[in-house]
Amino acid sequence: MSSTLGLYNYWIVIFLMMVGFYVVIAHGNLIKKVVGLNIFQTSVFILYITMGKVDGGAAPILDDAVTVYSNPLPHVLILTAIVVGVATTALALALIVRIREEYGTVEEEEIHEQDESL
Amino acid sequence: MIADNLPALQVVVPLLAAPLALMLRRGIYSWLLAMLTCVVTLAMSIALLSEVMSGGTITYRMGGWAPPWGIQYYVDTVNAFVLLIVAAIGTVVMAAAPTSVASEVRADKQSLFYTAYLLCLAGLLGIVITGDAFNIFVFLEISSLSTYILVSLGNDRRALTAAFQYLIMGTIGATFILIGVGLLYMSTGTLNIQDLAMRLGPLSESRTVQAAFAFTTVGISLKLALFPLHLWLPNSYAYAPSIASAFLAATATKVAVYVMLRFFFTIFGIEFSYEVMPLGTVLLVLALLAIFAGSLVAIFQDNIKRLFAYSSVAQIGYMILGISFASQTGLTAAILHLFNHAVMKGSLFLALGALFYRTGGVNLANFRGLGKTMPWTMMAIVIGGLSLIGVPLTVGFVSKWYLVLAALEQGMWPVAFLVLAGSLLAVIYVWKLVEAAYFQSPDDEAAAVREAPLALLIPTWVLVIANIYFGIDTSLTVGVAETAAMGLLSSGGAP
Amino acid sequence: MPIEMLMPVIVVLPVIAALLIKLTGNNPNLRDTITIVTSVILFLLLIPLTNEVMAGGQPSLVLAEPLPGMTLKFTLEPLGMLFALVAGFLWIITSIYAIGYMRGHHEDNQTRFFMFFAVAIAVTQGVAFSGNLLTLFVFYEMLTLSTFPLVTHAGTEAARMAGRVYLGILLGTSVAFLLLALIVTWYLAGTLEFTAGGILAGTASPLVLGVLLMLFFFGVGKAALMPFHRWLPAAMVAPTPVSALLHAVAVVKAGVFSLLKISLYIFGPDLVRELPITTILTYIVAASILLASLVAMTKDNLKARLAYSTVSQLGYITLGALLGVTGILGGGMHIVMHAFGKITLFFGAGAILVAAHKTEVSQLDGLGRKMPITFAAFTLGTLSIIGLPPLGGMWSKWYLAQATLETGELLLLGTLLLSSLLNVAYLLPIPLRAFFGKPKDDDDSTGGLKEAPLFCLIGISITALVCVTLFFSPQFWYQLASMAVR
Repeated sequence: MSSTLGLYNYWIVIFLMMVGFYVVIAHGNLIKKVVGLNIFQTSVFILYITMGKVDGGAAPILDDAVTVYSNPLPHVLILTAIVVGVATTALALALIVRIREEYGTVEEEEIHEQDESL
Repeated sequence: MIADNLPALQVVVPLLAAPLALMLRRGIYSWLLAMLTCVVTLAMSIALLSEVMSGGTITYRMGGWAPPWGIQYYVDTVNAFVLLIVAAIGTVVMAAAPTSVASEVRADKQSLFYTAYLLCLAGLLGIVITGDAFNIFVFLEISSLSTYILVSLGNDRRALTAAFQYLIMGTIGATFILIGVGLLYMSTGTLNIQDLAMRLGPLSESRTVQAAFAFTTVGISLKLALFPLHLWLPNSYAYAPSIASAFLAATATKVAVYVMLRFFFTIFGIEFSYEVMPLGTVLLVLALLAIFAGSLVAIFQDNIKRLFAYSSVAQIGYMILGISFASQTGLTAAILHLFNHAVMKGSLFLALGALFYRTGGVNLANFRGLGKTMPWTMMAIVIGGLSLIGVPLTVGFVSKWYLVLAALEQGMWPVAFLVLAGSLLAVIYVWKLVEAAYFQSPDDEAAAVREAPLALLIPTWVLVIANIYFGIDTSLTVGVAETAAMGLLSSGGAP
Repeated sequence: MPIEMLMPVIVVLPVIAALLIKLTGNNPNLRDTITIVTSVILFLLLIPLTNEVMAGGQPSLVLAEPLPGMTLKFTLEPLGMLFALVAGFLWIITSIYAIGYMRGHHEDNQTRFFMFFAVAIAVTQGVAFSGNLLTLFVFYEMLTLSTFPLVTHAGTEAARMAGRVYLGILLGTSVAFLLLALIVTWYLAGTLEFTAGGILAGTASPLVLGVLLMLFFFGVGKAALMPFHRWLPAAMVAPTPVSALLHAVAVVKAGVFSLLKISLYIFGPDLVRELPITTILTYIVAASILLASLVAMTKDNLKARLAYSTVSQLGYITLGALLGVTGILGGGMHIVMHAFGKITLFFGAGAILVAAHKTEVSQLDGLGRKMPITFAAFTLGTLSIIGLPPLGGMWSKWYLAQATLETGELLLLGTLLLSSLLNVAYLLPIPLRAFFGKPKDDDDSTGGLKEAPLFCLIGISITALVCVTLFFSPQFWYQLASMAVR
């Protein structure tokens, strides 16, 4: 029982992951897709960060009084992943801007229609 | 000093060259820099391969930090070979770039093209050479992001939507791999590939590890364009600039195959992957589906770049089929096909680039009468097509041989027959092109088309000659593939 | 130069000629001279090799090693020598004939035609010289590809469709069946070398070996074994010199030659006789022989009739391959006899087309009086195919019949006899009607000779005379064939 409630962070991860995934697939608006993607990625960030926390561990700053530290490595990894995520989002938004210029819309269905009629 | 740091330089050189290319405003200067970088990169990869073949695996500590805390670069036969493939294709395709890019990409974006190309090259090389699982993710994203840029620079507006679709699917795939790596880290506390291999041994019962396996497989399959996760590939290859298609078709998916090999054989190990998890069966089924679905859909395509993109989906199926057998012959076939397919598809897409340059289109209609107006280009396409079919004296034959042999060794006669039947489907779509080119006469404006310029023909024919040469003298490719396969099958233990 | 080097020279020579032909395309006389001169040189180069083989030698040369342990290798043995000589000699004749035909018929793209003609001969010699299955397969596929432009020469829609059937069946059977059989053989025996006595004995169960035999026999699509025979009548859309050489000599003979070599040197005659599936296969072949003969009888188009006749005659050689040593001997001899006989018939058909513009058998009544030489030669060819003395065709049928007796396959003997009767039924009426029939319509000329062009006549006369000669002196070919099976 305690393990299920104690693992609440993983439940959050799963919830966010599914929400993000759903948004990507179900929405036709390109910007909403990007938002969904971000939610999806954020869930993974939370996965990493929460796994780094050690029960009863202090923040990972060297101090003679402390014996148990939380794991700093996941934070480092996630910084990298966040940067990647930001770059991806920026690129996606830039593409959306260009798509808007070319097609006049950012709805997937309308874009599809315009391409089909070619 | 250079020799000691060769593994690092292999990635760093193109990485540093990329922003320099951006700073040079004129496309042609960027190209010169890019070409120089590619040649240097190629030289380094050749040096690495010969060092590995003679001296055994190379390990390199980034920044001098000892693994498993520091990032380690690890070069054995498999990745030295893939490094060579990526660098060689990168160079040959780059040689054809200035003419083609000048006509397909807007003048103010050309230096951007070369920047993205170099970044992609650096990313791909990084994926291959690194010995750290998270590092694979980072380089994967570097190469993917630059790929999205390359695709979007095509002059058809559908290139933008293709790039966007690829971005969404690719990011999901990469994130899946990230989840997988995270779960692995959670179970073992390390990210170093060799270390992971050691520690995962006793953990095969753990649900976390199994979940990690599943996530990683799906993520890699997306990058690999393994059926049914291949939907991003046809549009991206079709609408990207020809040089980008040539480069990507010949390298990106190969690198993903390498990642699959690394994860399944080195990190998770054969027993876990094939006995605890039903990988062999799953891959076998998907591979066969890929071969047939890819070939069948290819037959009905009018856009010829799309046709060859679907053909690539089928060819990837062949590689995965070899992997599904997990035998010496099967892995040799798969690794061999990495090289052979790169050569085949590289030459085909470059030839298509030449066609696009002269005629402005790559539909079947543009092929009419091509045998007369552009004989050398068409001959390159015919030879590439014959290689796809698997006619002897081409590289395609050698791959097919080993694949069928591997199937027979497993006692799977029906699979052997299916592999050859897939070749027959290739006959159909290749012959579509041959008939249009040699049997139909061009309409008036097509009749005025001249042969492609030498700048495009020569790189194409370099790959065509490689196609034939390595189909006759296979000592290098087969030798390396066999050594690599042996290494993979026996690895998974302590370094 | 060491004698084995002659083999690659012989293969490369026509390829160089092809390049020269391309370069001299604007000068027809020079171009055609190159064709004839090359064919003569090629045949002359075959002579020292023949002497070597007759003396018991087996010149051998490794060309390359594309796959570890597997070489591209030429090894000349008597059966291969037989095929090389037949193909080489008939190239000379056909070149002479083709020049006359193409000019007389005012064909387009003659340069392209003679180029691929030369390449086709080069790879046929490659098939003849092959020392292992891989080499055979390589040249076999190259033959398919190099004859495709010849078959589709006309460039019309009909030619294109025929080309699809041609390529579809030949590539389909070779990739799906023959290549599979090859790889399985490698897997079972560890080698692909043509070895006296075969390499497969004892390597697998009779069931597996039986399936393998079936894969080989259906995989060699060029042997036109039913139901994979459709490419042959489809290829008749090609100009007659193509039909003549390629489909009476090079392509189909490469097919049955491959079957003979596989039977003799991969399985070994004893193993073939032991396998239970051989009996079933012989009945399939027998059915193919008879069915093709029956269809031939229904065809009014002359070339179509000859095409089905070829399907039937090829069945004889395929049968021989399954009937042990004497059968292979008979099959080898039939390669020679049928080649000369059939080529005469095709030359005749072509001559009729060029001189009289007629294609159907029903149109040939009385034509013999206007084209006596052509039809005389045609008659000799007919008699040889039927197998009557004094024509060479008798000898090969003799040995094939003997083989059926030796193996106790009386049904097959009956098939051979019945088929010969059918041959009479569909072939003999042609010269008979031509000489004794009354012309249907009094069209152009009012009596008087209107023979084929001179070069065509020379070609057809030579081959017809050889058919006769072969009756009186078959010893040379007999010797070669029997050396192979010993």
